[in-house]
Amino acid sequence: MSGPSTYEPKTAFTRWLDKRLPIIRFGYDSFVAYPTPRNLNYWWTFGAILALCLVVQIVSGVVLAMHYVPHVDYAFASVQRIERDVPYGWLIQNMHAVGASMFFLAVYLHMFKGLYYGSYKAPREVLWILGCIIYLLMVATAFLGYSLPWGQMSFWAATVITNLIGALPLVGEGLKNWLMGGFSVDQPTLNRFFSLHYLLPFVIAGVVALHIWALHESGQNNPTGVDVKSKADTVPFTPHATIKDLFAVALFLILFSVFIFYMPDALGHADNFIPANPLQTPPEIVPEWYLLPFYAILRAFDFNIGPIDSKLAGVLAMFASIGILFLLPWLDTSRVRSMRYRPVARQFFLIFVVVCLVLGWCGGQNPANILARSGDFTASLRWVEGGQTTTQDFTAPSEQQFEATAASMRETMAGRGATMTMVSRAGATNATITAVIGGTEQTRNLSAYSVEALEEEIIAAKAEIGAGAPFFVIERNTPMTFTVTNLSQLATLYYFLFFLVILPILGLRETPGRVPDTIAKPVLAKEVA
Amino acid sequence: MSAATNQAHAGEEGTRRDFIYIAAGAAAAVGAAATIWPFIDQMNPAADTLALSTTEVDLSAVVVGQQIKVMWQGKPVFVRHRTAAEIAAAQRDDYANLKDPQHDAERLLQENGQPGKAEWLILQASCTHLGCVPTFVTGSSYGGWFCPCHGSDYDTSGRIRRGPAPRNLDVAPYVFVTDTSIRIG
Amino acid sequence: MLRAFSSAAVAWLALVGVAFAAGEAEHPEDHAFSFDSPLGSYDMAAVQRGFQVYQQVCAACHAMTHLSYRHLGERGGPFSLYMVRNHETGEMEPYIGKPHHGGSFVSPTENPYLRAIASGVTISDIDPSTGQPVDRPGRVSDRFRSPFPNEIAARASNGGAYPVDLSVITKARHYGADYIYALLTGYTGASEGVLYENRYFPGGMIAMAQPLNEGQIAYSDPNTPQTVEQYAADVTHFLQWAADPHMEERKRLGIMVIAFLLALTGLLFLAYKQVWRGESH
Repeated sequence: MSGPSTYEPKTAFTRWLDKRLPIIRFGYDSFVAYPTPRNLNYWWTFGAILALCLVVQIVSGVVLAMHYVPHVDYAFASVQRIERDVPYGWLIQNMHAVGASMFFLAVYLHMFKGLYYGSYKAPREVLWILGCIIYLLMVATAFLGYSLPWGQMSFWAATVITNLIGALPLVGEGLKNWLMGGFSVDQPTLNRFFSLHYLLPFVIAGVVALHIWALHESGQNNPTGVDVKSKADTVPFTPHATIKDLFAVALFLILFSVFIFYMPDALGHADNFIPANPLQTPPEIVPEWYLLPFYAILRAFDFNIGPIDSKLAGVLAMFASIGILFLLPWLDTSRVRSMRYRPVARQFFLIFVVVCLVLGWCGGQNPANILARSGDFTASLRWVEGGQTTTQDFTAPSEQQFEATAASMRETMAGRGATMTMVSRAGATNATITAVIGGTEQTRNLSAYSVEALEEEIIAAKAEIGAGAPFFVIERNTPMTFTVTNLSQLATLYYFLFFLVILPILGLRETPGRVPDTIAKPVLAKEVA
Repeated sequence: MSAATNQAHAGEEGTRRDFIYIAAGAAAAVGAAATIWPFIDQMNPAADTLALSTTEVDLSAVVVGQQIKVMWQGKPVFVRHRTAAEIAAAQRDDYANLKDPQHDAERLLQENGQPGKAEWLILQASCTHLGCVPTFVTGSSYGGWFCPCHGSDYDTSGRIRRGPAPRNLDVAPYVFVTDTSIRIG
Repeated sequence: MLRAFSSAAVAWLALVGVAFAAGEAEHPEDHAFSFDSPLGSYDMAAVQRGFQVYQQVCAACHAMTHLSYRHLGERGGPFSLYMVRNHETGEMEPYIGKPHHGGSFVSPTENPYLRAIASGVTISDIDPSTGQPVDRPGRVSDRFRSPFPNEIAARASNGGAYPVDLSVITKARHYGADYIYALLTGYTGASEGVLYENRYFPGGMIAMAQPLNEGQIAYSDPNTPQTVEQYAADVTHFLQWAADPHMEERKRLGIMVIAFLLALTGLLFLAYKQVWRGESH
């Protein structure tokens, strides 16, 4: 892509060095003379922003490791010491914690950009896959790091995730024990999580180098998705792209600083300021915001799928939701790269973005919360006022015949003039039937907005009627409800449909808009307009 | 527009452009430099470490001829209750041929400049050669401390008399709080 | 693409709005504290009084293991000591808190107020000469005295309930300081066995009896009311400081950093415009 090198060493030293280690030539070719499409917009600045994020995390992390103690008894206290006593420790700790969120914010925007402009299509498949690997490593690193402060969320996140890996067939149990280093999340777990958390960022840095290498081999995509055809299509990386990246980085740093200095704990969870307690799970346990969509997919499976139980299904779906990104270059069949010229695909993409946000929202909610219902939860209480109560014990010949026996007993009682009967089972075959003879049947209807509220109303009504009734017959009616889980299921369905059905079919069937012949052409046309 | 004014115009442009580049570059450099400071400062002793920088020692339990080691800032300090013979030897050698000449009285000075007490010698227990802890050996060549690592010999005032150490044992900064207690640091 | 994103963001905000509207639990009212706003600072007199409330009431059951007495006298602490020159007499005079300008900071180990606070506390330690447990007066470098040696002892003395550590309590609860203030003033007076009704405690019943009562703590300043509300506000102020002692420094530095970044962004924007002049893109 870059063509022959145009670097010319000017001094005796650089000429000497260039023959031995052409490192300046490499830097010049890659970051100065490197031809960049002239139409790149601000979505293309996230690469530089992400590079900065990685550097910030590594530098602040190395510094924090100088003060952090990976021991179950001292980890929480050592983080407190960093915040209170280490010079500027509070700043560096905030930087690292907020930095994780900023890193994910930037990486998600970077990924959505790639998705929208088709940056995964040939010849950039390997570039895209390397990006997916970086993202996976980021998730792993963030999870490991989140457990280090050893607060309640740290501990229970570690417990839940290791158990989740344990759900995988065949390898799960072994992998889980290998991660925990014991029978539960404890000292060995913390110690190895610390070690791995320190290691992985450097692995990320390595894959980033490959990512950039692949980028420079295939060249940058651009908003039109059209290949670079001539020199008129490009500008040199420095100063044109460099200055634009720096400007975007500075803007990003302002957002970063607002969080560091004014909302350092806003993206975290209050419970992580409670030291880890293996005896008590916090009432609401949620992952960090950037993992909420996957958490929602995990929880969306509250049903078994054939031989796969709901737990495994959720785990598999969660891994598949990331795994599917690796296949994206071959799932999208469109010949046009940029969705700028794919009006239909653009609509589906828009829905996809909303779906991802909805999944994130669902992940933070109580899954049983009702979002919509067809009507109220209702119950009708029936009882008899006045009349005479009689009871009779009976035994069914076998457990299977119990219902039939009970029905015949009811009939017998009805024949004796019973207004209402109730069977209370005492064992497998024996029971007592209570019947009220005579009196008048009364009915009261109750309704409420939730199961809990309905039960409260029933208790209140029973207390009000009191001793007037020997017993109640209650019929409860549950309306159709639409819960957070249902919404997650819909969103999860769309998430997978988008990749597995919409993109493959749409690419073959749609009529794309007119794609310009060269990058420079629409740019110049705009100039004229 | 004439060629001359055009040229002048371009020159102005150039100045303005250079100014912006230099200002932006300088601001970025200043920002980067300022950012580095917290990362360097965090290496300094933390507040809890600094708070432990003084130690109080009760001398009443240390009998004549006894030496105790107390920890100060994570390092040992000798608190020696010298015998009359040791004091006499130290004062006698004030005018001997010393590698690091110092009078015994100077080595007893308190941190506030007040003279100390001849029977109490407060020394940092770290050989000035490479930091090992010397041992007090009664009857050694100079009657004082001997470093097991590389054989430096100190006298009863902690002055270097023989061996590779360049300086006398350092006197720990101390003051008498009462007649029978001192504060180090 | 920007359009696609902004419509997505609008949909997201609408959803979040619904979620907040649907929230069920009664949450604490917003109490006005001087540290609330992005530029807000601590009222050091309130933090000092709050420490008094903590010492005389809360410390009987609640530990604050991450704090040491010296923290009270670090820069930004309620008992930080500065020597300030009196312009009339020319003498150096002690000043507790934050002098408006100048003043030389006195290290916490040298701070007589802190030494008095610390030495008034009895600390369990090991006698360095005998190795036996011993009680000694506290030092500035000591951590706040814990009322119980361990969690089991704490539970045994409190009917099975564990009085939580208060070091970071305002960070460890949703609604932070507002929650603490609401809890301390939220007792209804009703009780059931060893549980007391409190409107703001999850579940409504709390094992801690109403800790603050009118006139219970004698403030040295006659102008400060000695009411439950005042005690609660003061101790909450102290706990907020304890959880976030560098808040003032953080906010101050934040202004400088953001102002600098805004200027840098402006310069970079100009440079960007300059570089791309005459380039169609």
